[in-house]
Amino acid sequence: MDLLAIPRLVFEFAVYLLTVLPDLLPIILALATPLALGALCGVLNERSGVVNIGIEGMMLMSAFFGYLTGFALHQTVGSAVAIWLGIAVAVGVGALLGLLHAWLSVSVRADQIIAGTMMNIAALGVTGYLNRLIITPSGRGGAGVIPPFRIPPELADLPVVGPILAMFLDQGPIAMSVIVFVLVLQFGLFRTRWGLRTRAVGEHPKAADTLGIDVFRQRYLNVILGGALAGLAGAFLTLESTGSFQNGMTGGRGFIALAAMIFGRWTPVGSFLGALLFGTATAFGVVVSVRPAEGDLGVILRSIPTFWYAALPYLLTVVILAGVVGRSVPPAADGVPYAKEGKA
Amino acid sequence: MTRLRAAWRVASIPVYSILLALLVAAVVIIVSSTFTATGFDPLLPLAAYLRLLIGAFGSPSGISNTLVAAAPLMFGGLAVGLGLKAGLFNIGVAGQFLVGAFASAVVGASLAGAPMLVGMPLAVLAGALAGAAYGFIPGFLKARTGAHEVVTTIMLNNAATLLLTWAVNDLVRAPGFTFPRTAAVGESALPVLIGRNLHLGVVLAVVAIFVVRWVLDRTTLGFEIRTVGLNPEAARYAGMRPVFITALTMTLSGLLAGLAGSIQMLGVIGFYAPGITASVGFDSIAVALLGRSDPIGILFAALLFGAFRAGAPLMQIETSVPIEVIDIIQALVILFLAADLIVRRLFRVRAAKPEIAELQTVTKTWGGTTPSTTPGGGD
Repeated sequence: MDLLAIPRLVFEFAVYLLTVLPDLLPIILALATPLALGALCGVLNERSGVVNIGIEGMMLMSAFFGYLTGFALHQTVGSAVAIWLGIAVAVGVGALLGLLHAWLSVSVRADQIIAGTMMNIAALGVTGYLNRLIITPSGRGGAGVIPPFRIPPELADLPVVGPILAMFLDQGPIAMSVIVFVLVLQFGLFRTRWGLRTRAVGEHPKAADTLGIDVFRQRYLNVILGGALAGLAGAFLTLESTGSFQNGMTGGRGFIALAAMIFGRWTPVGSFLGALLFGTATAFGVVVSVRPAEGDLGVILRSIPTFWYAALPYLLTVVILAGVVGRSVPPAADGVPYAKEGKA
Repeated sequence: MTRLRAAWRVASIPVYSILLALLVAAVVIIVSSTFTATGFDPLLPLAAYLRLLIGAFGSPSGISNTLVAAAPLMFGGLAVGLGLKAGLFNIGVAGQFLVGAFASAVVGASLAGAPMLVGMPLAVLAGALAGAAYGFIPGFLKARTGAHEVVTTIMLNNAATLLLTWAVNDLVRAPGFTFPRTAAVGESALPVLIGRNLHLGVVLAVVAIFVVRWVLDRTTLGFEIRTVGLNPEAARYAGMRPVFITALTMTLSGLLAGLAGSIQMLGVIGFYAPGITASVGFDSIAVALLGRSDPIGILFAALLFGAFRAGAPLMQIETSVPIEVIDIIQALVILFLAADLIVRRLFRVRAAKPEIAELQTVTKTWGGTTPSTTPGGGD
C-alpha cells in the first residue's frame, strides 16, 4: 500500500458515483417518497408542538386499508378506479389516525411517545389480523399499481439532462406530488397566517393563546393534516410502489422519516433533502450490486456484504442523529401538552 | 385489609385497562367475523377467550408453556421498566434480544460438547454482555449528543436484524442444513427442571425481578436512577452524574434484554436462524407499562402476556381468530393506560394518580437535549 492509496480510492469512488448516477437518480425519488411524506407529517406535528412517533403505524395502517380497498373493489369497478379509491381511503385513514393522535396528545394530554408507540403496535396488530383473516385465505391479488408516467425516450437518452428529467418525471403521481407538497408547505409554514400560527403554538403556546389563537384547534388541524400525509405515504407503498401488502412492510420508514425531519431542522425543504439522502443510501445499496465498480474499489465494494448495504440507511440515521441533533433545536413547546390556566 | 386496599389503589387502573381492552377486542372479533367464511358470530369472542384460557392454564403443559413464554417477558419488561425509571424509553429491546440470543447461540454452540456447568454459564454471560453492549450505544449517544433513544434504538433494531442475518449466512453458518442457521447449543442449553420444557431460565427471570427490585429500592445506584428519571436537573445539583447514569441505565437495560434473548435461545430455540421471533420487543413495552415499571407489577404483567402467547395458538387453530388479536389487545391496554382519563371516567376511579412520573421525561428530552440540559417547556 503506497501513501496515495487512500486518496486514489476516494477519487475512484467519486468517479464511480458519477458513472452510476444515471442508474441511481431515477430510483432515488421513489425510495425517498415515503420518507419525505412521513417527514412532512413530522414537521406539521412538531412545528405545532406535538411529538408523533406513530408515523410508522399510521403509514402501515393506511397502506393496508388502501390496499384492502383496491383488493375488494377492483373486480367490480376496474383497477384504475379501485386504486384511486384506495388512495383516498388511505389518506382518510391517515387523517383519522391523526385525529386519534391529536385527541390523545392535545385533549387527553397522554404521554405523546407512549401514544405513538400504541399507534405502532396497534398498526402491526390490526393489519396482521385482517391480513390473515381476509386477504391471505382468499389467495387473490390486489388492484395492482398506478402506472408511472414515462417521458419520451428521446428525452430520457439525453446525456446529462436525461437522468435528471427521469428522476423527477419518470415517476408515479404520488412520488411527483411530493415536490409540490414540499414547496407548498415550505411557503405555507413561513409565509402564511396558518404557518405563523402553527409556529406560534409550537414555540410559545401561552403567548399564542393570549393573542387569541386557539391552541387546541391549531394543533388538531396540523396533526390531522400530517396524518393525511402519512396516509399518502402508506398508499404509495402498496398502490404505487409494490402492488402488494406484507405484514410490517413499512420496515422502519416512519422512523427514518423522523430522522430526515431532524436532519432538515424541522423545515419542509430540509426534510425533503434528508429524505433524498436516505433514499440515495438505499439506492446505492441496490446499484452497487447491479453495476459493480472495477479495480481495487470494486474489490472493496464487493467484499462488503449486501446486508451491510441494506443496513446503511439505518446506521446512517443513528450517525446523523448523533452528529446533527446537538446543533439543531426543536420547537420550544414540542411534546409539551398545553393546559389553559385554571383548567389544569 | 388496608394492605389489600393499598394494592388495589395501584392495580385498579391496569386491571380495568385489561378488562376494557378485552372488551374492545371482542367487538373487533365480532365485527371482523362477518368477513370470514363462518359469517357473523356474536359468541366468537367468548369461544376465543375460552380457548386462550384453556391453552394457557388448562393443563400442566399449558401452565408450563405460560411460564416459559413469560420468562423472557420478565427480563424484557424489566429492561423497559428500568429505562423508564431513569426517564429513558428503550424501544430497542427487540434488537438487544436478538444480539443476546445470537451471542448465546454462538458461544453455546462452540461449547456444545463442554460440561454443562462450563458452557451454559458462559453462553448466558455472552448473551448478557452482547445485549449490554448493544444497549450502551444508544445510551452513550443519548448522554453525549442528545440523540433520542427512541429513534436510535429502532434503527439499531433494524440494523441488528440485517447484520445478524449476514453473520449467520457468512460467518457462523452450520454445515449440513438447507437453511442458514448456527449449530445446536448442545450441552450449553439451560436444563429442563420440570415436565417437558420448564427450564432454568424461568427461575433466573424470577430471581432477576427481585434483584432489580432490590437495586432500585435499596442501593445508591437505584436511588440515582430514580432521581435522574424524576428530575435530571435536581440530580445534577445533588452531585449525581445524569450523563453517566443515562449511559449506565441503557447498558443495564440492554443487559436485561440480552438475557431475555439468551434464555429464549438456550432454553427454547436452541439455534440461531434469521427470522427467529422478536415479538418480545413490543410485548416488553406493554409489560413494563402495565406493570407501572415496578418489578412486582412486571412479574404479573409478564405472566399475563405469557399466558396470552401460550394460549393464542390453540385459539387460532380451534376458532380461527388470528393470533394477531394479542397485538391488538396489547395496543388497547397501552391506549387505556396512556389515556387513563377514560378509565377513570368509566369506572369512577378516585385512587391517587398512579401515573409514572418518569414518563414525562421521556417526551421532554425529545429532539436532542442531553439529560443535563432539560428544556424548560412552553414558558
